[in-house]
Amino acid sequence: MPSITYVHPDGAREVLDVPVGTSVMRGAILNNVDGIVAECGGEMMCATCHVYVEEPQLDLTPPQSDDEKAMLEFTASERRPNSRLSCQLVVTPEMDGLVVYLPETQV
Amino acid sequence: MADPVVAIIGAGQAGFQTASSLRQEGFGGRILLIGDEPALPYQRPPLSKSYLAGDSGLDELWLRPEVFYETQGIDLVIGEIVSAIDRPGRRLRLASGGEIECDHVVLATGARFRPLPVPGAELDGVLPLRTLADADILRGRLSEVRDVVVVGAGFIGLEFAAVARAAGVAVHIVEVTQQPMGRVVSAQTSRFFTEAHRGWGATISLGTGVARILGSDGRVTAVETTDGRVLPADLVLICIGVLPNAELAAEAGLAVDNGIVVDRHLATGAAEIFAIGDCANFPTRFAPTEQARGLTGHGRVRLESVQNGVDQARAVAAGIAGKPAPYDKVPWFWSDQAELKLQIAGITAGHDASVVRGDPESGSFSVFCFRHGRLLGVESVNRPADHIVARRLLAGDPRLRPEEAADESFDLRAHAARRSS
Repeated sequence: MPSITYVHPDGAREVLDVPVGTSVMRGAILNNVDGIVAECGGEMMCATCHVYVEEPQLDLTPPQSDDEKAMLEFTASERRPNSRLSCQLVVTPEMDGLVVYLPETQV
Repeated sequence: MADPVVAIIGAGQAGFQTASSLRQEGFGGRILLIGDEPALPYQRPPLSKSYLAGDSGLDELWLRPEVFYETQGIDLVIGEIVSAIDRPGRRLRLASGGEIECDHVVLATGARFRPLPVPGAELDGVLPLRTLADADILRGRLSEVRDVVVVGAGFIGLEFAAVARAAGVAVHIVEVTQQPMGRVVSAQTSRFFTEAHRGWGATISLGTGVARILGSDGRVTAVETTDGRVLPADLVLICIGVLPNAELAAEAGLAVDNGIVVDRHLATGAAEIFAIGDCANFPTRFAPTEQARGLTGHGRVRLESVQNGVDQARAVAAGIAGKPAPYDKVPWFWSDQAELKLQIAGITAGHDASVVRGDPESGSFSVFCFRHGRLLGVESVNRPADHIVARRLLAGDPRLRPEEAADESFDLRAHAARRSS
């Protein structure tokens, strides 16, 4: 099972096994990772599952849809070039070892 | 003084969020989250969308895993009914016989499906869609049935119809008004979705009511309409709206008028009792009333949405934790119907003018709705950027002229940025 690392703003790291086909957002929710809110449940309506992807690993992640690009304008923390909605990062075998940084706030 | 106790009645999205936000706000007292359904708190929107279609499972439905409630120190009490609020005694009475002493009560009791008062409504195969249990029954039945009649063309009915058509079931939608989703969307958006559903193969009868439901051996066989037609059916979905669960509040002597009446801080007439989400009737500038100097009054609404439940929960949690502020969030809604995503920002009901941005023929457009020249809200179909701009505009100063909204060369993003800076 691919391993995904969630890094909290204080630097604390949580390393989780997330099944292929599950989103990075859902992986966090199911494992009780604080810092992902996901109030719309993955519908790209709320931008509260915002993460920063480790820059060199961006090309492991799927391309952004227009919906995601639009919603990223609504993040509570600063949008950066490596900003993603983690509900859109559906885990593939190639994403094993992915590192995502949680923003200071989601709301 | 002992740490205060907050009892949250209702463990849906609003109740869950209240508990979660209280801890985020640093509240150190006891939190009880009491739900009458037997399941862990779960998300309702997928019940008429991906969960119904079988594209997602229970793991994707839970708001949080069970361990969350332990680690957050939230006493989750499920499968329990609160039978009374004893205001002088600051206690809740439980149907199972126990009592809970508490300092604050948050009523997040939600709503229940509105039954259709016609003969035959009790037949097997006549079903609602509100709870996880309802969705589980429908999910099972969808693979066995041939003819579905959907009574009521609101969000739930149309979402269900889209899933049923995708499953290859014949669908007939019966709607008593002339406008599907007419309570919440403009005539243009309503017409667009009506045609879309017809394109997907559903039959839609507008201006048509149900006279009675026919059956044999206790099972539904057909729906007889008010214009005398008999529509074959082995499943009938009743989705004509909901009723707010306000009886507990009324019995406690609190004001009820289409929901539990609350003030701008979401407090009822009793300062220690709040009501939020689907059950709450609250004042908002997003439903303006006409005053001498224009649209300045706060009308009252009761909204049924994730956004409303979640944002009101956050506001009440902040208030209980010592940071009260009037509730003032932009309402937003969404509905997925096959490949169409409808997103609504603001409350468009009561508009006197509207303009379309984009071409409905392309399947991607927005309807900007105005009243007395002021932007009330925007309905977007497969056009998320407009939706985001609308939310931003409405949160700040929504000054936008209809001709600007209709002009695709007018940069709405830049306009919204100017208005909110």
